Amino acid sequence: MSEFLQQLINGISWGSIYALIALGYTMVYGVLRLINFAHGDIYMLGAMIGYYLSGWVHGATEPSNAKALLILLVSMISCGAIGVLIEKTCYRPLRGSLRLNALITAIGVSLLLENGGQLVFGPDPKFFPQIVKVKEIIRFGDVAFNNIQLLILGVSIGLMLMLHCVVMKTRMGKAMRAVSFSHETAGLMGINVNRIISFTFFIGSTLAAAAGILVGLSNPKIEPLMGIMPGLKAFVAAVLGGIGNVVGAMLGGLIMGISETLVSGYISSTYRDAFAFFILIFILLFKPHGLLGKTGPEKL
Amino acid sequence: MWLLNGLIVITLLILQRVLTLHLNAYYFQILIYIGINIILAVSLNLINGQTGQFSIGHAGFMAIGAYVSASLTYYMGPWFIHFLTTSVGLPDGIAKGILFALALTLAGITAASAGLLVGLPILRLRGDYLAIATLGFGEIIRVLILNTDAVGGARGFTDIPEYTHFFWLGLLTYITLLVICNLIHSTKGRAFSAIREDEIAAESIGINTTKYKVGAFVIGSFFAGIAGCLFAHQVGYLHTNSFTFMRSIEIVVMVVLGGMSSITGTVIAAIVLTILPELLRFFSEFRMVLYSLILILLMLGRSGVFGNSRISKIKMTM
Repeated sequence: MSEFLQQLINGISWGSIYALIALGYTMVYGVLRLINFAHGDIYMLGAMIGYYLSGWVHGATEPSNAKALLILLVSMISCGAIGVLIEKTCYRPLRGSLRLNALITAIGVSLLLENGGQLVFGPDPKFFPQIVKVKEIIRFGDVAFNNIQLLILGVSIGLMLMLHCVVMKTRMGKAMRAVSFSHETAGLMGINVNRIISFTFFIGSTLAAAAGILVGLSNPKIEPLMGIMPGLKAFVAAVLGGIGNVVGAMLGGLIMGISETLVSGYISSTYRDAFAFFILIFILLFKPHGLLGKTGPEKL
Repeated sequence: MWLLNGLIVITLLILQRVLTLHLNAYYFQILIYIGINIILAVSLNLINGQTGQFSIGHAGFMAIGAYVSASLTYYMGPWFIHFLTTSVGLPDGIAKGILFALALTLAGITAASAGLLVGLPILRLRGDYLAIATLGFGEIIRVLILNTDAVGGARGFTDIPEYTHFFWLGLLTYITLLVICNLIHSTKGRAFSAIREDEIAAESIGINTTKYKVGAFVIGSFFAGIAGCLFAHQVGYLHTNSFTFMRSIEIVVMVVLGGMSSITGTVIAAIVLTILPELLRFFSEFRMVLYSLILILLMLGRSGVFGNSRISKIKMTM
């Protein structure tokens, strides 16, 4: 039982990281109907920027909370800027052409970031510095919670709540929802569609960067190709929850994280990747638009 | 038609002789890869380009074909060749030929059956949901193979006999093109493109969309399996890393870059995208960066050539 609880805790902390990445996929899909394949690599960039930044401010040798926060924020903002840059240079010129063209471009950007990353950062793995020292804080019998797991959970829940407020309560969020409904109508209502799309990319990329830093804290091995699998899984999580749906992405992320850790804990870690996709196909067979996805009537 | 086919077979046999004698091994291998990629891209074009079903799991079917055929030639091959040469008295070359033909058929049939098994449930899904389900299927296949010890598992499958020659490659590329081109220009081909243009409209004029969608999927998987068999018996060593979702994506890129519904375009794109990374070898470590940059620029440039297409212009004037 205690082993199960421990697995569950690990699962939830992985799940919240998947959820953070999945939010970026789902938001971009919501406004552009584009699977932004490069999103997983933004997550890698987030971790890499955190790595270099902490070397620069001596985050590991003299750790402090202020430094950790600084690293998190700077990495989030720079990744946000990179996300906006990618959108402006690579996706905007293709808006209005076939969706598949934009998708292939996204794959191209993803390859560029992966291979460029190998060139710039070097292909060998790096060890993410301990900008927060690991401490065990709560223990119930055999089940232990350390501060990193709590931090991952706290930061991701905080960011998700913030995102929820931005999307539901602010004018910007209202505009985002309008754009995701229809570009033309939103434009006619005086909304600057281009700005909203850039904003969406910015928010999505900052969340991915935050996920990158959080992963660096719990799994210190980072490398330029680290974004591929989590990116793919997060995308699966977004689809699982119903792509385009913010709450669905969080739910999907949690389901993915928990089921994966349980499978690798109780069955075999080699089947972990397959199981995630198995769940996806299984759920899609019964709910073809994901768990919380909208199902509208089909029209000609 | 028989005359033409006969001529092609004879030409291939002559080319086989000439090329194996005069072409250096490196170019020869690229030539083989071009052929394999043409088969893969053209068969995916039937699913993606003609029928409009967005599949990114093609490498999974290729993997099935590769591993099944390799198991056949590896485990049964020596016995089978021994039987044919000693008991029946056939020369060694012909015995190997028969074995490879059997392997190819088996690869195609297993991949097609997998296509049927997967296609029936998941082709109910639409658009991106279908795409991600096919991707998931490809990954599941890969992980299952990775956990099967009889085919090497994570170590990889070694010592597969190298039977893929230019003759087989040319013949199968020709057959693939022949079957798919004839198919898309037939009545059934019209049904495929009707589904691509508008599934509901196609259904309302009496096209059994499920039947045609699954049909396209099964035929596409069949040829993907054959390509897998050719690949396995070319490299002689199989590892699941050759069949990741990036491989599927490469094939999708060939189809999209060639212009979705054009078979000629797909063939040209398959040739160009196979040669391009080899040409870029000159730039050593910048190779893949350049490749991805070229890919992005090609996509951006292509939409520039065709403008914003006609559909958006109509919308503007409405």
